[in-house]
Amino acid sequence: MDAVLSNLDSYWLGLRMTLQLLLVGALGASVIGVVIAFLRISPIPSLRWIATAYTELVRNTPLTLVFFFIIVVLPSLDMGVHSVLGAYIALSLYHSAFVAEALRSGINGVPLGQAEAARSVGLNFMQTVTLVVFPQAMRMVVPPLINVFIALTKNTSVAGGFLVVDLFAISKTLTNAHGNAVIAILLGVAFCYLIITIPLGQVAGRIEKKVAVLR
Amino acid sequence: MSNTAPVLYEEPGPRGRAVSRTVSVVTGLVIAGTLAWLVYRLGQPRTTVNGAVLPGLWAPERWDIFAEGTEVWQALLWRGLVQGTLSAAGLAAVLAIGFGIFLCFARTAPQKWIRVPAAILLEFFRGMPVLLMMLFILLALATTGYWAVVGALAVYNGAIIGEALRAGLQALPRGQREAGLSVGLTPFSSRILIEFPQAFRQMLPIIVAQLVVLLKDTSLAYVVAYPEILRISQQLKDYYGSTTYSFSIFLVSLAIYLVVNLALSALARWISRRSGPKAGVATDEGGMSLAAIGVSAKPQ
Repeated sequence: MDAVLSNLDSYWLGLRMTLQLLLVGALGASVIGVVIAFLRISPIPSLRWIATAYTELVRNTPLTLVFFFIIVVLPSLDMGVHSVLGAYIALSLYHSAFVAEALRSGINGVPLGQAEAARSVGLNFMQTVTLVVFPQAMRMVVPPLINVFIALTKNTSVAGGFLVVDLFAISKTLTNAHGNAVIAILLGVAFCYLIITIPLGQVAGRIEKKVAVLR
Repeated sequence: MSNTAPVLYEEPGPRGRAVSRTVSVVTGLVIAGTLAWLVYRLGQPRTTVNGAVLPGLWAPERWDIFAEGTEVWQALLWRGLVQGTLSAAGLAAVLAIGFGIFLCFARTAPQKWIRVPAAILLEFFRGMPVLLMMLFILLALATTGYWAVVGALAVYNGAIIGEALRAGLQALPRGQREAGLSVGLTPFSSRILIEFPQAFRQMLPIIVAQLVVLLKDTSLAYVVAYPEILRISQQLKDYYGSTTYSFSIFLVSLAIYLVVNLALSALARWISRRSGPKAGVATDEGGMSLAAIGVSAKPQ
C-alpha cells in the first residue's frame, strides 16, 4: 500500500498520458470514421469498395502491428515520428474502422420507412442522410460508439509497450522498482483504468435504455 | 447495406449512371495512382541526412533471406505462428469459452451471494486492459510468458463471452423457462437443458467474433516478450544483424496475420449466416440485431 501512496505522482503522470491518448485517439478516430461511414453508404461504387477494403484491412490487423510499424519499423527506414505522435496516429487509424462500423450499424438500424418517407417528399441523398437518417442513427449509435471508446481506453495500454509513458508503462517501471508490492501497484493501475471504463459503460447502458423506450 | 442503399437515393438514370461511372473511374485511378506512386517511391534508394544511401524497399538485398532457404519461413510460420500464436490462442479460446459459461451461470444464479460477486468480477475483468492482466499474471503469479498470455486472454474474453451468453439467456422468450418448469424440471435443469442451449446458439456468431479478437490479441504478447509472430520477427531482424530486413520481415508478418484473421473472420461470417439469431430476438431484414453488431463491432 505504501508503494502506491508514495508514487501517486507517477500514477497521475501515467493517467494524464492515458487520458490524452484517449481524447486525441477518440477525436481522430471519429473524424476518420465519419468519413469512412459516409463513403460506405455513398452512391458511387468505387468509394464504397475503398471504404469496405479499408475497414476490412484495419479490422483484421492487430493493433500491436500498427504500433510496431510506426514505432519500430519506420525509424529503421529513417522515417520515424515522435512516439506520442505515433501513438496518436496508430490509435486513430485503428479505431476509425470500428467507429465507421458502429455508425454503419446505426444507419442500418434506422427503419427503412424513414428513408422512404424522406425520399418521397423529395429530399435528395445528402438531405436524406444529413436531415433524416443521421440524426436518428446518431442516437442508436451512441451505445456501440461508447463501447468503441471503452475499448480505446483499454487499447491505449498498448502504447505503453512502445515507448509512450502511460499508465501501463508506469506500472512496468513501478513493479520493477518495488518488487515486493507488485499486486498492490498493479491493482492501483487497474483501478485507474476502471474509473474511466466503468462510468463510460454505465452511461452507455443508460442511453441504451432510453433509446429503447423511445423506439 | 444492400437493403438500404437503393432507398437512400434514386435508381440512377442514364446521366446519373454516367456521372457515377466517371467518378468511380476517376477515384479508382487516383487511388491506384497514389498507391503506385507510393510503391515506386518506396522502391527508390534514399540518401539519409548523414550521407548513407539506403537501398529501395523492393531491392533484392532486402528480400533475399526469403528466397535463400526455409529458415526464415520456418521461424515465422512454425515457431511464430503455430508454436507461438496459434497454440496460445487455441488453449485460451477453449478456456475462455469454459470460463464464459461458468460466469454466465454464476451471474444468473438464483442465490444472491453467487450473483453479486460474479457481477463485480465480470465488471472488473471487462474494464481492464488485457495487457495489464498479462503483466499481472506474469509478475504476481510468477509464471512463464505462455501462461500469462493464455490466462489473461482466457479471463478477459471469458468475461465478454459470459456477458454475451447472459444477454442471450435474457433475450429468450419467457415461455421457454415456464414450459420447462411446467413439465416438472427443476429451475436448474430447465436452465441447462432448455434455455442455455438456445442462448448458446443465438450467441454463437458473437462468440466466434470474439475468438477472432482473441487471436488478434495474442499479438499483445509481444509486449510481455512471449515469442509469437511479431516477437519472432524482431528476433529474426536482430539475428540478421541489420535494419535492412526490418521492412520486409514486417510486411511478411503482416501478411501472415491478415491471411489467418481474414480466414477466421470469413468463418465467423459463415457461421453467423448459418445459425444467426432466430425468432424471439428482434431482427431486421438483414438478419442482424443491433446488439449483435454492437458487440461484434468492438475493437480489442
